[in-house]
Amino acid sequence: MELIINIGLPVSLIFLAMVTGTLLEKRHFQDIRAREATLNRIPLLVGKDYPQDARVADARLVQGSVVVSVDHFKRFLAGLENIFGGEVRSYCSLMDRGRREALLRMKEQWTQADLIVNVRIETSSISKGSKRGKGQTIGSTEVLAYGTAIRFVQPETHENRP
Amino acid sequence: MLLTNVEHIPGKQISEHYGLVSGSTVRAKHVGRDFMAGLKNIVGGELKGYTELLTDARQQATARMVEQAEALGANAVINIRFSTSSVAQGAAEIYVYGSAVRVEA
Repeated sequence: MELIINIGLPVSLIFLAMVTGTLLEKRHFQDIRAREATLNRIPLLVGKDYPQDARVADARLVQGSVVVSVDHFKRFLAGLENIFGGEVRSYCSLMDRGRREALLRMKEQWTQADLIVNVRIETSSISKGSKRGKGQTIGSTEVLAYGTAIRFVQPETHENRP
Repeated sequence: MLLTNVEHIPGKQISEHYGLVSGSTVRAKHVGRDFMAGLKNIVGGELKGYTELLTDARQQATARMVEQAEALGANAVINIRFSTSSVAQGAAEIYVYGSAVRVEA
């Protein structure tokens, strides 16, 4: 009986995490792709230059941030991958999720922008050293994206534009 | 107050420089949030409590920087940088800094 509780509970918890975690991640990626499709018209530049011949109507700082964590199953997988070394694939999708979400939130702060220059992406592990329960660390990360959004003076007529 | 993270305000002329202004705040997460994050951590995904905490902290740090700039008579802050450091376990410092300037309207 004790054996069932000692082994069965963690295993079922990992199984539950695998099912819901995978489902939630898939939904999140779907959501990200849909929002990316609508916001693709705003280009992001890492450089500071923007077309000098266009007249600037307004410019402001925009930022977006998110804290994401991996599920128990992926943390378990990462533990296994740790033994052999190499790429920890289960954490790659976490970082991808975080970065894309932060960039989207940055764009959503001002959807009328024509361009975002000097985009910076910062990643920090906020729960470093914070332990949960049986010595497990929370595998979470914070991603912050920020930049200067610019809106140009819109041409009055659109006849000359293709 | 105009804020950018490039060396100028696009479309405007800088008339005066006032030097560095900064704002910071140190925030700790509380037990309730930690507990919820621990639960959410099982299935993974966004830890909304932590996102909110850091967003609030960054807003406050920015507000403090803006206050300092206003006291100097500036109407814009350029070249803004954000930095985060953990000062102790469970506490993070959010630091925002930039150059205060006056731009022509």
